[in-house]
Amino acid sequence: VTPAPAADPERRLTGAHLLVAHVALLGGIVTGLLQGLEHAGFEFPASQYFLQSYYHSVSMHGVLNVLVWTTFFICGFLPFISARAYSMPLVSPGLGWLTFWVMLAGLVMAAIPLAGNAATVMFTFYAPLKAHWAFYVGLTLVVVGTWLITLRLALSQRAWRAGHPDARTPLAAFMSLVTMTMWALASLGLAAEMLVLLIPWSLGLVGGTDPLLGRTLFWLTGHPIVYFWLLPAYVSWYTLVPRQAGGRLFSDPMARGSFLLFLVLSTPLGLHHQVTDPGIHEGWKLFQAFLTFAVFFPSLLTFFNVVASLENAGRALGGPGLVGWFFRLPWGEPSLAAQLLAMLMFCAGGIGGLINASYSINLVVHNTAYVVGHFHTTVGTAVTLTYMGISYWLVPYVTGRALWSRRMALAQCWLWFGGMLIFSSALHQLGLMGMPRRTMISQAAYFQPEWKALLLWVGIGGTVLFISGVLYLLNLALTATVSRAPAAAVPEFAQASAPAVEGPAILNRLRPWVVMAVIFIVVAYGPTLARLIATSRLNAPGFRVW
Amino acid sequence: MKRGTTIYLYELAWILPSIALPVGMLAALLVTAFGAGIHVPSLAGRVDPAKVSETPPFDNPGVVQTGPLRYEVRLVGQIWSFTPNEIRVPVGSTVTFVATSRDVIHGLFVPGANVNVMLIPGQIARVTARFDREGEFFMACHEYCGIAHHTMGGKVIVEPRS
Repeated sequence: VTPAPAADPERRLTGAHLLVAHVALLGGIVTGLLQGLEHAGFEFPASQYFLQSYYHSVSMHGVLNVLVWTTFFICGFLPFISARAYSMPLVSPGLGWLTFWVMLAGLVMAAIPLAGNAATVMFTFYAPLKAHWAFYVGLTLVVVGTWLITLRLALSQRAWRAGHPDARTPLAAFMSLVTMTMWALASLGLAAEMLVLLIPWSLGLVGGTDPLLGRTLFWLTGHPIVYFWLLPAYVSWYTLVPRQAGGRLFSDPMARGSFLLFLVLSTPLGLHHQVTDPGIHEGWKLFQAFLTFAVFFPSLLTFFNVVASLENAGRALGGPGLVGWFFRLPWGEPSLAAQLLAMLMFCAGGIGGLINASYSINLVVHNTAYVVGHFHTTVGTAVTLTYMGISYWLVPYVTGRALWSRRMALAQCWLWFGGMLIFSSALHQLGLMGMPRRTMISQAAYFQPEWKALLLWVGIGGTVLFISGVLYLLNLALTATVSRAPAAAVPEFAQASAPAVEGPAILNRLRPWVVMAVIFIVVAYGPTLARLIATSRLNAPGFRVW
Repeated sequence: MKRGTTIYLYELAWILPSIALPVGMLAALLVTAFGAGIHVPSLAGRVDPAKVSETPPFDNPGVVQTGPLRYEVRLVGQIWSFTPNEIRVPVGSTVTFVATSRDVIHGLFVPGANVNVMLIPGQIARVTARFDREGEFFMACHEYCGIAHHTMGGKVIVEPRS
C-alpha cells in the first residue's frame, strides 16, 4: 500500500512545504519568547537590525505562526495524505510544484516589507493602517496557491473515481478535499478585501478605503480560517490516531457527516468577531452567534467519535474502568502523545471559544488577553501540537531517516502542554481583569498593579513554550542531518468499526453541501454586506504610524 | 448486523444530546441578554473621517447631562489619545458614549462597566452603560493603533452623589 519513498512523487513536494513551515515556526517562537518576557517586565530588546519594536515583533509572530506555519504545513500534509489514501499519485506533480513556487514567491514578497517594518499591521492588517503594497500582493498570492491545491485535490479525486466508479472516496482524501473546498469558498472574502480595497489603495490608485467593509470581508474569511487550520488536525485524529493508539475508528459515516457540516457551517459566523463593531446590526450578530453554536454540533460529533475510537483502543490494551483506558494508551509514542495532549487542551479551547462567541458575554472578553489565552489553546496547541505529532512520523518519511530522539520528542510535547497550561491560564485571567491584547503592557499608561503576578506567569509559560519549540525544531533538524537509522513505517489508516458503506450515499457527495454552504453564507452575510457596500465611501486615508 | 445496530444506537445517544446542548446554551444566552437588557453596538450612523472636528456632536467633545442621572459622552479617538480622557459622573448614572475615530481603528474599553466598542473611522459608535459603583475605572484603547498604542488610555471617575 505504501509507495516506496523514492517512487513517491509527493515526498519532495511535501518536504519543501514542511521546510518553509518550520522556518516560519522558528521565527514565530523567537518573537513569542521576547513578547512573553516583555509581559513579565523585561524591556523589549528593540533594534534597528532585527525587531524594531514590540509591535513589529507581534506582527511577525502572528503572520509567521498562524499564516505561514499553518498554511504551508497544511499544503504539504493534505496532498500527501490524499495520495496515500487513494494509493495513487495525485494528478500533475507539475501543478503541485507550480503551486509551491507561487506560494513561496508570495511569501517572500510579503516577508520583505514585514521584516523591514513596513508592514507592522498585525496579521489582521486592519485598514486604515497601511502596509507596503507588496505585503498585500504577497499574501494574496499565497491564497491563490491554496486554491491551486484545492484544484489539484479535486482533479485527483475525479481521476480516482474514474477507476472506482462505485466506491466511497477514501476517508482521509475525502476530508482533505472537504477542508480545501471549505477554504476555497471562505477565502473569497479575503480575496475581495485584497483585490477591491487594499491593493488598489496601497498602490495609490484610490485615495481612501472603507475600514468597516474591509474588516467585515476579512472576518468572513477570518473565522473559517480557524477551521482551515483545525480540520487537517482532525484528519489525523480520525484517520490515523485510532490506529496509532491500537484501535479502530468508531464510525466512518459520522466522521464524513461532521466534515460536511463544517463545510456548511464554518463560514457564515465571522460576525462573532465583530460583536463590538458599530455599523453592523445587532440582529445579524445574534444570528451568527446562533450559527456559532450550531458549528459546535459537528465539534461534539468529532469529540464523541474520536474519544470512542480511543476508548476502543485503550480497552483492547486492557485499560480498566470508566477512564482507566485513557491511561493505558501507548503514551510512549511521541506522535500519539502529542496529539492526545492536543486533544485535551482543545477541550478547554473549544469551550472558551463558545464563551467568546456568546454575544453579550463578548463585551467582557473582546480584545482582551482572554482571547490571546484562548487561541493559544486552539491554534497554538490543538492545531500546532497535532502538527508536531504528525511531523514526528512525516519528517522521518520525507527525509528517509529515523526520528533522532524519541525521548526528546516526548519531553517536548509535555513541555508544550505544561507551558501552555501556565501561559494560557494566566492570559485568560488577565483578560477577565481587563488587560487588552496586542499591547506593550509593561509600558501601558493604565497598567494595573494586580496584573503583575500573573504577567510573570505569562513570561514563565512563554519561556517553557520556547524551550519546547527549540527541542522540537532541533530534533527535526538532527533527524534530517545526522540521524543514520532508516525511517520507521508511516502510520497506516485506521479501519472503521462502522465503515463508509453503512452511511447514506449523500455523505460521499460534495456538491449538495457546497450549495448549502453558499446559501448559508448568502443568508447570514448578504444583507449586511449589501448595506455596507451600498453605503460604502472610500474616504479613509491610510496611516503609517509605527 | 448486530454490531452495526449497536453503533447506530450509540451514535444516536450522542447526537441527540449534542443537539440539545447548543440549543440549551442558546436559550440561556437569549434569556440573559434580553432579560438583562444587554445590547451590543449596532447601527448609529456614519461620519466623514476627514470632517470629524466639524461634525456634531464631535465638534464639541465632552460630557453633557441629558437628564437626571443621564449623561452623554461625546468622545473622539485619535493617535494616541481619547478626547475627553477623563470623564466624571455621579454614581448611579446611565452614560451613553457616542464615539468615533478620526484616523485609524481604535477601541474604547472600560473594564468592569460593559463598555467595549470599536472606534472605526467613518462609523459612529453608540453604547450605554450604568455606573453603579463609586471609584475610578480605567479606559483603554484595546485595538492596536500604532507605535504608542499602549499610551492611549483614560479614566472614568464615578463620584458620590452630591
